[in-house]
Amino acid sequence: MDREEAKELRERCTQCAAVSWGLTDEGKYYCTSCHNVTDRSKEVLNIEAIPNAKKQAINRGLKVRKKHERGWDWYVCEGFQHILCQQAEALKALGVGPEVKSPVLHNLWKRYLQKSQQAYCENPVHTRKRKAAAPGSPSASDWESEPALLSEASGPSLGDSGADGCGRPSPPGRASQSEMASVCSGSLDGVEYSLHKEKGLVKMTVPATLALCGLALLWQREALALSDLLRFVEEGHIPYVNAFEHFPEEMKLYGRDKGIFAIEAWPSYEDIHRKMIEVATFLDLPRFPAITEDCYLHPNILCRKYLMEVNLPDEMHDLTRQVVQMAGLGEADILTFDPIGTRARAVKYDVQAAAIIVVVLKLLFLLDDHVEWSLSEIAETYNQENREDKPCFDFRKWYHVMKKSFDEKKQKWEEARAKFVWKSEKPLYHSPIDRSVAHKRREMVVNLQKQFSTLADSAPTAAKHSPSSFQFRWAGEGPGAVCFHGHRLRGILCRKGRSLRTRNSLYWLSTQRFCRSYCKHVTTYEESNFSLSYQFIINLFSFLLRIKTYFLHEEVSLIEKRLFKTKYSKPKTKPSRSRKVRK
Amino acid sequence: MSDFSEDLLRPTKEDDPAERSVRSCSGMRLPWLQKHVESVLTRGKKEKDFAQTTSACLSFIQEALLKHQWQRAAEYMHSYLQTLEDSDSQKRQAAPEMIWKLGSEILYYHPKSSVETFNVFADRMKNIGVMNYLTISLQHTLYLLHHGLLDDANRNLSQAETWRYGEKSSSQEALINLVQAYKGLLQYYTWSKKKKELSELDEDDYAYSTASQNMFSHSWKTSINFSALIQTPGVWDPFVKSYVEMLEFYGDQDGAREVLSNYAYDEKFPSNPNAHVYLYNFLKREKAPREKLISVLKILYQIVPSHKLMLEFHRLLRKSDQEEHRRLGLEVLFGVLDFAGCTKNLPAWHCLAKYLRQILMRSHPAWVQEEWDSRKSWWPGFHFSSFWAKSDWKEDRALAYEKAFVAGILLGKGCRYFRYISKQDHQVLRKKFKRMKKLVKKHSIVNP
Repeated sequence: MDREEAKELRERCTQCAAVSWGLTDEGKYYCTSCHNVTDRSKEVLNIEAIPNAKKQAINRGLKVRKKHERGWDWYVCEGFQHILCQQAEALKALGVGPEVKSPVLHNLWKRYLQKSQQAYCENPVHTRKRKAAAPGSPSASDWESEPALLSEASGPSLGDSGADGCGRPSPPGRASQSEMASVCSGSLDGVEYSLHKEKGLVKMTVPATLALCGLALLWQREALALSDLLRFVEEGHIPYVNAFEHFPEEMKLYGRDKGIFAIEAWPSYEDIHRKMIEVATFLDLPRFPAITEDCYLHPNILCRKYLMEVNLPDEMHDLTRQVVQMAGLGEADILTFDPIGTRARAVKYDVQAAAIIVVVLKLLFLLDDHVEWSLSEIAETYNQENREDKPCFDFRKWYHVMKKSFDEKKQKWEEARAKFVWKSEKPLYHSPIDRSVAHKRREMVVNLQKQFSTLADSAPTAAKHSPSSFQFRWAGEGPGAVCFHGHRLRGILCRKGRSLRTRNSLYWLSTQRFCRSYCKHVTTYEESNFSLSYQFIINLFSFLLRIKTYFLHEEVSLIEKRLFKTKYSKPKTKPSRSRKVRK
Repeated sequence: MSDFSEDLLRPTKEDDPAERSVRSCSGMRLPWLQKHVESVLTRGKKEKDFAQTTSACLSFIQEALLKHQWQRAAEYMHSYLQTLEDSDSQKRQAAPEMIWKLGSEILYYHPKSSVETFNVFADRMKNIGVMNYLTISLQHTLYLLHHGLLDDANRNLSQAETWRYGEKSSSQEALINLVQAYKGLLQYYTWSKKKKELSELDEDDYAYSTASQNMFSHSWKTSINFSALIQTPGVWDPFVKSYVEMLEFYGDQDGAREVLSNYAYDEKFPSNPNAHVYLYNFLKREKAPREKLISVLKILYQIVPSHKLMLEFHRLLRKSDQEEHRRLGLEVLFGVLDFAGCTKNLPAWHCLAKYLRQILMRSHPAWVQEEWDSRKSWWPGFHFSSFWAKSDWKEDRALAYEKAFVAGILLGKGCRYFRYISKQDHQVLRKKFKRMKKLVKKHSIVNP
């Protein structure tokens, strides 16, 4: 029986040059002629076939410890699974419903593995070279349903293909392959993974894990917009940079794994948004649950949130609601993400909401560096004359308050970014040869850091502030913090007949003509071409959302395009109408 | 109820920016250009946030250093140390030098820093990367010297001296020479201290012989340390000076002369006025012939015409037998007074007044005329304005007297400076003034 088992190994014994191998109780090969035991192990393939094999060894499956320093055999997709697991846990800790993790994210991941032919399918990618995808690592047990995940994956394929029958390369070949791979990467398929390219395949990357999280949140209609998710990533509440640090000790990373798992950039909104659509189409997801008026992501609710955030009067909410209605932005058909639809287009809910507020501000104050100031003067005199009344919204005062807190916040943000620690405590290196160098360097840096941190000011500033969906606080009576939420818009709106009209009847378009060429952008944003107050507002909102200014400007232009359709459709004729706002 | 877009207050602003930037020729704006240039610089790779934040971090550190916020700088330094692990190998190699510069600056000034912390930091930095070992060692030594820790500095230098790493590049060799020379300088320091002690001892004293022996053993060690550096082109003033002093002390005049002439005349060395000063002083001590001294100072005159040795040069030239030299003597004096820093130099004015009298008495007005021709356009305003007359008279009467005399000679008695000074009624100087007026009348190159 032993002889039977050991037939796959065709190498010569190093001691007696015979090719006659047997298996020891531990599953290691030994030479039957000279009894020389190699440190190479038979990979456990067929549980019943091995006599005396310990159950634990089987449970560990392919994760055989080859040498202590080499760690386990693991696949790249397992690494991503770990990261996703951590991210899901972090989201849960942030207060997101537990369903996001399981079943939603779990199912998305399963579907991804299936679509990318890594598991849950006949003849998965790994088994073409290697029998079974590795089952979940021990630490994955903290993801309740997870250990079953990949073993499930190997389960069906095991049963279907009938034990280890189909075209599996012989163990020596496999051994040398894994040996080769482990020189260039810690994972088994690191090299292969980074070289693998296939049309239509969306490769898993660390940013793509965030896209998956984003999709899961969107599916559950959680009260967490994409910009919030990315901000939490940047603030370190969700594992992203150096997420591999929390891999189990035995999962060694180096070489090609560095390119796959090491991240030296924060996720950008555009990038992740694009990835979300890409992944969703790749996964062939059905239409997402409808975004109705009671969902957080509905523009009415998001607008309310951002109005509070930037300290604008609550009364403005009526106006944003009307703009949403007129532009037709509030309909579930438009808001709901449908990857299979003819043109998969996901609404950037948070950017859109900010853009709606910008449009409303433009309607009210024109933002041409003149009208808003003269309106402020009217409001100021009104406030002086009617002191007991609820104050009228004074744009100038608001601007001063906001400018100050915005500048402070931005300064702090820039400082925090400059202090960001990118390098992980586990140094990554290109090959095992560099290992000692990398570790020495790491140690040196740690020592130097210790030295300087004793010289640094005060206690460590690392005291992380707890995550919050609001970045500014106005309700509390802080010094210099004036809350404008209760202010009225009386001075800006005037009664005409039975309806209220904005005192300012002018408007200008952020983009006169849209780019119709094949380049991706629809407009450009050259800051100096716009009024200072418009610049300030665009800067303010793009800072809140952590996006590029042109991105918000583009969204503003797109909303205006919907709002003033006639202006764009008939560029020759001069449409003349004023914006009426009914109260 | 006007149309909303046509009534804009700033109609130009509503143009499509892209369109506009193409249209306007004078202020052409190419938004993509900046990005393009950046991508060329980064060789097409997108700059990662890591690079962005570390460079932001660097500017925060620089700002903090500029404002002397050492604690804040140390705080940012904690993050900046990451650059040692930059995945871009080029940047990673440049990082230790930067960190050393910033870190040593912080540790030098930081209130909580001590010599120990600095030592620890320096020792750590020396061993990151090979190329920085010697430079850091040298700067570390200077730090120790600054804190008066001579023994530590010496030990540090000895360590650096024996440090080798494979084939040293030529730049490293120069550094090793410098390390050795600094060691020599330290030895010179102890030597000169001993010399001072020795000079206080009696020659018959028992201790004298051992002390002098000590000094001898020092000298040859030091000469080895200095000689390698001194032969490579560069400015090595303190080393040369101390080396020559030791050579002279032990009677090796030829050696000293060789070192100094090599230092002064070798064309590979950068032009260095001090080299000529040292040589001149040495030759003066040696009582070298005047001709020789003049030839040395002639070169110095060409490099620094306002050097304080120029008056000495003038004196040498004045005493010379050659007419040519005497003429040069006048040129040198005028040359010194051309410089704004010498306007109140009394000896120079005194020399000029005296020499002018002498020359004119020996009837060489052509010499004076020639020097004056190039200066007559600007010296009256530069030296002889009525403002100067007033302030000189107030501050330094002797200076005013000499200047007035020169002014009288050069500009005639009608000149403002001369008139102002001569009008001043002063009892002590009355006689002197009378003589001056007479002389001016007689010798002035301006004919009435």
